[in-house]
Parts: sequence; C-alpha cells; structure tokens
Amino acid sequence: MNINNIKKQFPIFNNKVHNNDLVYLDSANSSQKPQMVVDRIYDFYTKEFSNVGRSVHYLAVAATNLYENTRTMMQKYINAKDPNEIVFTKGATEAINLVANTFGQKFLNEGDEILLTELEHHSNYVPWHYLRKLKGVKINFAEINNDGEITIESIEKSITPKTKMIAITHLSNVTGAILPIKEITSLAHSKNIPILIDGCQGAPHLKLDMQDIDCDFYAISCHKMYGPTGLGVLYAKKKWLDALPPYQGGGGMIREVKKEGISFGDLPNKYEAGTMATAQVIAFGESIKFLNQIGIENIEKHESELTKYGEEVLRKNNSVKLVGNPKNKGSVLSFTLDGIHAHDIATILDEDGVAIRAGHHCCQILHDKLGLSATARASLGVYNTKDDLDKLNESINKCRKIFDR
Amino acid sequence: MDLKELYQEIILDHGKNPRNLRKTENFNKDAKGHNPLCGDKVHVFLKIDENKNISDISFEGSGCAISMASASIMTDLMKEKKEKEVKELVEDFLQMIKESPEMKTKIISENEKTKLMSLSGVKQYPMRVKCATLAWHTLTSAMNNSQEETNTEKFD
Ligand SMILES: Cc1ncc(COP(=O)(O)O)c(C=O)c1O
Repeated sequence: MNINNIKKQFPIFNNKVHNNDLVYLDSANSSQKPQMVVDRIYDFYTKEFSNVGRSVHYLAVAATNLYENTRTMMQKYINAKDPNEIVFTKGATEAINLVANTFGQKFLNEGDEILLTELEHHSNYVPWHYLRKLKGVKINFAEINNDGEITIESIEKSITPKTKMIAITHLSNVTGAILPIKEITSLAHSKNIPILIDGCQGAPHLKLDMQDIDCDFYAISCHKMYGPTGLGVLYAKKKWLDALPPYQGGGGMIREVKKEGISFGDLPNKYEAGTMATAQVIAFGESIKFLNQIGIENIEKHESELTKYGEEVLRKNNSVKLVGNPKNKGSVLSFTLDGIHAHDIATILDEDGVAIRAGHHCCQILHDKLGLSATARASLGVYNTKDDLDKLNESINKCRKIFDR
Repeated sequence: MDLKELYQEIILDHGKNPRNLRKTENFNKDAKGHNPLCGDKVHVFLKIDENKNISDISFEGSGCAISMASASIMTDLMKEKKEKEVKELVEDFLQMIKESPEMKTKIISENEKTKLMSLSGVKQYPMRVKCATLAWHTLTSAMNNSQEETNTEKFD
C-alpha cells in the first residue's frame, strides 16, 4: 500500500494552511474526501440529476438505480443479510434518534432502563435522554476502568432486570478504546436485550460484519468514511424495521393516504420520508469503492502501525500526557499538556498547518469523569504518515516553548 | 499579527498566574459564565458599596490562557471603578475586540489600554473571540443581577 498514491487522491492536500503543508489530524471529527467522491457529486448534478423513486422518466429511473446501488454496496460492505436493512439518514445522529424515538415509543415504559457507557458521544446519550421525560425511563452508565476502556464485566455489572436496551460505542472518539462488541452483543442477547452500536468511529477503520457481530442496530456516519456530509446509515435487523413504527412522515414512505387513514410503505421506504440526500448517497458509493480498492484490512494495519508510532513519539515527549491507555486501541490520540489549555494548543498547532481538535469532543460525561475540562485530540485517517506525527510532536514542542518563555 | 502577538508575555503572565482568582468575601453580586465550545468557565464576584463603587472584584474558573488572562486583566482594571464606568469600559472593550482598532474611553490610562489591547490578537482567530469576551459578558450579567448563566453562544 503506497500512502503517497493514496494521499494524491485527496485534493485538499494541494492546498497550504498558513503557508504550510496541511497535516490533517482531525479525521475522527470528519475525514477528507477523495477526488472520485467529489467528482461523483459534480457529475451527478451536471449530467444525471433527478429525484429518485418518484417519476418514471429516463433520468429518474437511472438516478433511482444509482441510489439503490449504493444501498446494495453498503449491505455487502458491512455484510448485512438484506439490502433493506440499510436505511439512509442525515447522519449517525439521526440514525440513533430514529432508534431511540421509535423503539422508545413502542417498547419502553416507565421504570425501564437503558444502558449506555461513560464513553458515549452526546449523539448516543441525548436522543435517549428525551425518553426520560417522555416515558420515565432511567439511564445507566457502565463505568470505564483506569485505562479508559469498557470491559465486558463493566457491562455485565450494569445490566439489571429492567434493562431494555444497550447502546454503546464501537470505538471511543476520545480514548480510542475498541469495545468487545461481539461479546457484549452475545451477553445482551443472552438476557434478551437488543443492542445498538454507535459505529461512527468503527466503520471508517475496522472490518465490519453485521451477521458476525449480530447486533440489532449499527449507526454509521458517512462523512467520517471519506464520504459526503449530510449522510448516515442505520443498519437494523429486518425484524426491528418491520416491528418499529415509522420515524418521520411524508412523501415516499407511504402506501396509501386517505382522509381517514394512512398505510405505510415497505422497507426501506418506510424510514426514508421526503427527498433524501440523493447526490450524497450516490457519491457515497464511490467512498465504498475507494475503501474496497485499498482494502479495509490494509487500512487497519496502516492505521494501527501509525497509532503505535504516535503513542511512542508522544510518550517520549515528557510534557505530553496521553488520555486513556486501552489495550485494543483505534487511531485516536487524545492528550493534555501540563499548564496549557487544549484550545491554546490547537491554535498554536494550527499556525504550523497541524489540524487537531480541542475541547470535550462531545463527550462531557467522560471528561467530567476524567476530571479534565478539555483535551487535545489527534486522530488519523488512511492518508496520514509517520511524518505527520513527527510534525505534531514538533509543534507540541513549539507550544511548550511559547508557554515556558 | 501572528501567533507571537496573540500569546505575548502579558497574556501568558496573566494566563498562568491570574490575578484576583479567588472569591470576594461578602460579595453582593455575582454571575456565572460558560463557553460551551471550549469548556471555559468563570464565576465573577462583586462587592459594590453604598456609593456604587466596586470595592472588590474577583473570579473563579478555569479555561484557556486567553480567557484566564482576560478575566485577570479585567478584574484588575475594574477595582474602585464606579458602576457607570464599568458599563462604559465593558462596551468599549467589546467594541475593540469586535471591530474598533482602539479603545476610546478616557476612564483608564494609555498604559492600561495597552494591556487590554494585547487581547486584540484574537481578532485573527474568530473561534477564540469568545474566550476573550466571556469574563466581560459575565461581569455585565453580575451587574444586572441576572440569574441566568451567561453563555457565549448567545453572543456574536
Ligand atoms: C462516536 C460518535 N458518535 C456520533 C457522532 C455523530 O455523527 P454524525 O455527525 O454523523 O451525526 C460522532 C461524530 O462526531 C461520533 O464521533
């Protein structure tokens, strides 16, 4: 795998930031886009545009086929059983809201409990929080250990006879911990509890097999997978999509509409009300192609080597404290510098063209637990190199120098 | 304007060793401020005497060098000022941070103005302007006896 050739496919790297080469270390927030994805959006709008699933003219039929083709590609990419188990949403956030809302409506009652973890992104907490007021459900949080991991024991300890749903992240966007989701799913199912995985950070980096994991729901954010913004995927087992009520009402999701009543359309239309992010879905097909061309196994290997290298470099740097120390770690390096606030770090690194994220990364519960108000985070993508991590380290040293003057 | 001008000595000095970082005894006005984007937090305490003078001002909180330096310099300047003067100073400072190239007020000395102008470096970093203004908005809330937590997302 030749990273230079891969990097060349990303036009963003032709630009300078403050007169420096861009060192992009914010892929956990959102990844950059390869030329083929950008071109696909342009081509669709210039040559092929039509709305999908409605008209019968030539363009409409072609666009509908392209749109449905991405669904099938995604089904294969994550090895779902049926293409109808792939629902397009506006993002992972909407995917989780869809489940929380419809599952909550139909299956949750006062006193029922939902189990999350302390690692969760606000997107996998706030949608469930609404059910506290609406349904009187209780939310529990499985606790992290000292290394910033969630173990199967921690989940097991937190399950009660009232637990009606488990919703956990695949890979923490702060500590990088990869959760044993297959084992947790099997534990959940042994107690008849459905499980939702927030796969935002898993999907761009790890090989996925829905039938092997056997989870009930898996939420994906396409813009973190080298795809367009405004698009997410909800994988859900067909039995759930059949059993749950529709989420939003509107055109495209109905069968018959009468003044007296309405019947709803079949899957997948039932959950895709209104005009969808058509160009994005079609362009996302190119993201899947891009990932397949490189091979997710190769991406995993490259990123895991880089993560180890980054950890090594930062550990050697005495002023850096890494956040979390999970044994099974994805390509996220969160850190603090003694006496320098994360936002000051990010501003100083930016001057060198080094793009990182600073703040609580939408994980306030975790930061409160760690006693940190903010952390700095460098996160990797397929286009990163060891050189990027060396530049990160140099910039961190510059930060230290400015503050120790 | 470059980074050295933003992180100049006076800001690092106040940022690392903020003045008036404590809680005024027998304060009679206070307000909390929060910058949700950065997680910066300040709590401003005021003691205003019967002649409407600020006899003491202090703050508690945590945040980046810019927000801490801003709160530190602000509290230093506001001591012994009259309520009316405080309002004028806050307005003038916010004007300067947003658009004006200088401060117009005659209440403080040129030397003191230079101190405040050191914060003008954030103009180059739009995401950081809120760090510099948090303490000032919070001071206004405290003066107005506003019970609602100041949230920089509500200001431009
Ligand atoms: C772990 C995690 N969950 C959820 C989200 C939200 O995803 P989206 O931007 O697709 O709504 C993110 C992205 O910020 C994330 O990192």
